[in-house]
Amino acid sequence: MEYVLIFISAIFVNNIVLAQFLGICPFLGVSKKISTGIGMTGAVTFVMVIATIVTYLLQKYVLDVFNVGYLQTISFILVIASLVQLVEIILKKVSPPLYQALGVFLPLITTNCAILGVAIMTIQKDLNLLQAVAFSTATAIGFGLALIIFAGIREQLELIDLPKGMKGTPIALLVAGILALAFMGFAGLV
Amino acid sequence: MNQWKNFSKGFFKENAVFTLLLGMCPTLGVTSSAINGLGMGLATTFVLIMSNIVVSLVKDLIPDKVRIPAFIVIIASFVTVVELSMQAYLPALFESLGLFIPLIVVNCVVLGRAEAFASKNGFLSSMIDGAGMGLGFAMALTILGGVREFLGSGKIFGITIYPEQYGMLVFVLAPGAFIALGYLIAIINKLKKA
Repeated sequence: MEYVLIFISAIFVNNIVLAQFLGICPFLGVSKKISTGIGMTGAVTFVMVIATIVTYLLQKYVLDVFNVGYLQTISFILVIASLVQLVEIILKKVSPPLYQALGVFLPLITTNCAILGVAIMTIQKDLNLLQAVAFSTATAIGFGLALIIFAGIREQLELIDLPKGMKGTPIALLVAGILALAFMGFAGLV
Repeated sequence: MNQWKNFSKGFFKENAVFTLLLGMCPTLGVTSSAINGLGMGLATTFVLIMSNIVVSLVKDLIPDKVRIPAFIVIIASFVTVVELSMQAYLPALFESLGLFIPLIVVNCVVLGRAEAFASKNGFLSSMIDGAGMGLGFAMALTILGGVREFLGSGKIFGITIYPEQYGMLVFVLAPGAFIALGYLIAIINKLKKA
């Protein structure tokens, strides 16, 4: 039951993009087409879960043990940056088709604040390892859900006649606002 | 390059938020009030100036291949400085900005300036560029925070303009951030064309 709650909370109620404002850059940047949205979601899910596990172990077995909590920001971002590189290299070797699908998105992920955000939130919420895995998976699914819905709407937006000033980013932001309003309907569910 | 131009470009022509669309996460996340926007903007400005200075000084020592990780380490050190000093001296602001303080590390504006400007220019230009870009970012966040606070709760910087019960609560909540920023960018696009 506890894990069900973690999932519902992270996907709908505290959606990472629409309620917590993390990962807005890829949300606005790669949401012009549903297919790229799906690719990005795959890459984010992959990296987010691995990064959360690694940073969790780092916090518990290195930073806490040596009492150097103030190195959290530096060490986490370094771990994430090198992890992304590592994932890229391994994926290229082990599974070329998967690399083909996710490859272009991987370098973008280092500066995706959702990854670092989830890693830090996991520590702040004091979850155990299994809960951390559930939390990061659910958050990634929530990211994907928001991104794919948004990409679907944006594909239709291309066809609409708009005032010049509203074209592009402004209308995308308005749509995101309305989407966030819709997601607010989930508040109180958990 | 003319130093004044170098400084002032961050405010309008190359404003990080309104025209380059960088650093959207803190822009939307912390601007529920003008004071939060200003605090976040100034914290980012500090990191931006310091990291630009250091990057411009050490740029010749860093091998090209590892420059991005090296920049990230420099930025992360200054973010840690901001994080710890804010926790010590401004605990209330630290509390309300929360997670977004460590996330300055992944703010694309900071890394973007290190890569696009400081790694190619000298010490003084980089410092001025950092200050201009940072203050432009702070300005954008303060404006957005002010608009949201005014529409949402009838206040600006905590000073009541009209009674709170007439405010549109939605502007203080998450959706209002997207909607307010969308209209602000639309207005600026319109002004630019005129």
